[in-house]
Amino acid sequence: MGLDDNLAQEVGQNTANDAITVTDLHKSFGTLEVLKGVSLTARKGDVVAIIGGSGSGKSTLLRCINFLETPSSGKITVGGEDIEMRADGSPANRRQLERIRTRLAMVFQGFNLWTHRTLLENVIEVPVYVLKIPRAEAIRNAKVLLDRVGLGDKADTFPSFLSGGQQQRAAIARALAVDPSVMLFDEPTSALDPELVGEVLTVIRDLAAEGRTMLLVTHEMKFAREVASHIIYLYEGLIEEQGPPDEVFGNPKSPRLQQFLKTVGW
Amino acid sequence: MELLSLSPPGWGGNLLRGLVNSLQIAFGAFGLGLVIGLFGAYGKLYGGVVIRDLLGIYTTVIRAVPELVLILILYYVGTDLINKAAEAMGYGRVEISGVVAGIWVLGIVQGAYSTEVLRGAIQAVPKGQMEAARAYGMPALLVMRRVTIPAMMSFAVPGLANLWLIATKDTALLAIVGFSELTLETKQAAASTRAYFTFFLAAGALYLIVTLLSGVVFGRIEKWARRGQPSLRAGQSR
Ligand SMILES: Nc1ncnc2c1ncn2[C@@H]1O[C@H](COP(=O)(O)OP(=O)(O)O)[C@@H](O)[C@H]1O
Ligand SMILES: [Mg+2]
Repeated sequence: MGLDDNLAQEVGQNTANDAITVTDLHKSFGTLEVLKGVSLTARKGDVVAIIGGSGSGKSTLLRCINFLETPSSGKITVGGEDIEMRADGSPANRRQLERIRTRLAMVFQGFNLWTHRTLLENVIEVPVYVLKIPRAEAIRNAKVLLDRVGLGDKADTFPSFLSGGQQQRAAIARALAVDPSVMLFDEPTSALDPELVGEVLTVIRDLAAEGRTMLLVTHEMKFAREVASHIIYLYEGLIEEQGPPDEVFGNPKSPRLQQFLKTVGW
Repeated sequence: MELLSLSPPGWGGNLLRGLVNSLQIAFGAFGLGLVIGLFGAYGKLYGGVVIRDLLGIYTTVIRAVPELVLILILYYVGTDLINKAAEAMGYGRVEISGVVAGIWVLGIVQGAYSTEVLRGAIQAVPKGQMEAARAYGMPALLVMRRVTIPAMMSFAVPGLANLWLIATKDTALLAIVGFSELTLETKQAAASTRAYFTFFLAAGALYLIVTLLSGVVFGRIEKWARRGQPSLRAGQSR
């Protein structure tokens, strides 16, 4: 691990073996029901890949987990701790939610690096201002992480001067800087030119290999099969089929999944 | 030329004192306007219906009524209200400092324009910037301080630079309520000496210098605010 072990202990105090559990999650936008009761569990070290057609609710699922979207109903449990919700699904305890969010690091399709800050500043931002880690220590960690994603020489560069692949790798370094207990990837390579996809997948593959827990929404089927411990196929807001990669990809049972795999050229 | 000399019988000292007063008020009003504008912008974007409606009335009315009229209204109504309040609480009439009154009056005017400039700038920040901050556990105020405000600066600075220049020139309108800023000092000097041309030319030059210097300062600020963005002119690409 490229990070201080102290940090790991400070941030992830969970003792339960389940890193994250989603229970019967529903989400509607107005009258449109996008998630119709999704449940899933990722144990520590699991890599759960979520696949499905466009509009099937994959992003909404990830965004409900850290309450970027307010779920309509259901339950999110992180490291054995339920996120407190009101009856309407809105978070009941801001501070708890903020604390839990620091353990769920999200990597966005569009990177969402802070454009007015250098890569180094992006990576130390949350450690320094949210986790209150001493700046010098945060900088030391950040340099290790930027080195690790191959951007050690770009620490003082602003994001808009970099390629999409570099920006996404920096965003992954930012995510690692909080030593998250779960990483949430929402199509991390979909906005990239084809020749830049590989460099980002390489970084994610390394993280999977070192035992990072992650939920990974992706259209890269080959990659999903290779790194995931579990595949979930989402169809119109419900889990249509799930299982180990070899079964889901090698022997899909649902006709919809078969159709889906065909359309993505599996 | 000795008319402009800094010590009496020259009137240069008076002009400079007037300029300092003008700048003081402009600075205060601009700052107050920024504070009002920030709350106003957030209120308009995220406030409830009542707050949005009230702010809508505020910005519409202020921007619709001529500034001279607003200054008269705010100045006389404002001082009147303060005195009534002071009397009600058992104090005598209070002497209201011209600088403070000027800052309040112009600040309220500036606030309406700032609200619109900052609202537009906040809306121009890509949503993902704030979303990333929230996703990493930043509380709302921290998101505002560390992400929204710095990120919107590059969009806000040109509009704010204009507002600052308007603030410096609006101070001249305070002459009408007898506040001795640059324009009133100039008028008095000119009237006493009958050298109208000399003094108004001098005052015009002072306003021009303020504008030019402001341009330099805001240019620097804008460059700093845009530091994360590839320069358009240099055609810098990824
Ligand atoms: N903020 C929103 N408001 C209304 N509808 C939304 C919103 N976000 C997503 N949706 C709708 O929810 C459905 C699922 O979207 P999404 O979760 O982004 O799908 P996916 O990521 O699988 O492509 C789509 O029909 C989309 O139009
Ligand atoms: Mg999506």
